[in-house]
Amino acid sequence: MLETLTFWGLSGLAILASALVIGQRNPMYSVMMLIASFGALAGLYIQLDAPFVAVAQIIIYAGAIMVLFLFVVMLLNAPQEDAAEWDRTHPLRQPGIMRFGGMLAVLLVLQLTWALLRVNGIDVPVGAEGDSEALGSVRTLGRILFTEYVFAFEATSILILVAMVGAVLLARREGDR
Amino acid sequence: MIPLSHYLVVSAVLFAIGTAGVFLRRNLITILLSIEIMLNAVNLSFIAFGRQQGNFDGQIIVFFVMTVAAAEAAVGLAIVISLYRHRESLNPDAFALLKW
Repeated sequence: MLETLTFWGLSGLAILASALVIGQRNPMYSVMMLIASFGALAGLYIQLDAPFVAVAQIIIYAGAIMVLFLFVVMLLNAPQEDAAEWDRTHPLRQPGIMRFGGMLAVLLVLQLTWALLRVNGIDVPVGAEGDSEALGSVRTLGRILFTEYVFAFEATSILILVAMVGAVLLARREGDR
Repeated sequence: MIPLSHYLVVSAVLFAIGTAGVFLRRNLITILLSIEIMLNAVNLSFIAFGRQQGNFDGQIIVFFVMTVAAAEAAVGLAIVISLYRHRESLNPDAFALLKW
């Protein structure tokens, strides 16, 4: 019972906060709402016996990535979208294909719902298989990460290095040496 | 016990919200945020599937998705800053030319 309540509360919060991210014009509030959404998702991860991922979600996503976004919003002085100018010039707002993007999103929801309704065997309870104690073990997770997936892990470090060099190069003012 | 389908529905709704954000919003920062929403929607279904199968593969791939998302955010925001210097605008319609 408590499990069901937690699930609905957290997923409702995640969906509501995500809708608010795209539902208002101030990018600062969008970033804040996204942090709330990530917090709710971290709760869902804990419920799914993935405490390491939940903590990483808070530290990496809500901590590092969102702070980076906040820095950029403040650095650029958060220009809000100009509603009147937007309505006049936006190609998707012209008569005929008005709300085209919204329609595509609704279409995607219908398609996904259709796919989910047709697939078999997804009504099984999630926690039925496997020992939840063992699956939540960070020690085992670390061992798998550094043995079975060690190549992918090392490749990630090169990716991060390249991304760091790229970010510095791109954000550099032209003419700076 | 919550059925797997519930998690998949939540994940689908979040993904659709992210898609709608990319299509509807005309602000580069909000578009990047919508991409993060989509990545997280997929992460949720990975974790749910991994838990249902009873192994660690779901958690491992989410770990890698997070790393890639961090790299993507860093490079994407650097591009946003560099674009903003050229045009003083965050509207993607202002960047219709490949070279200026």
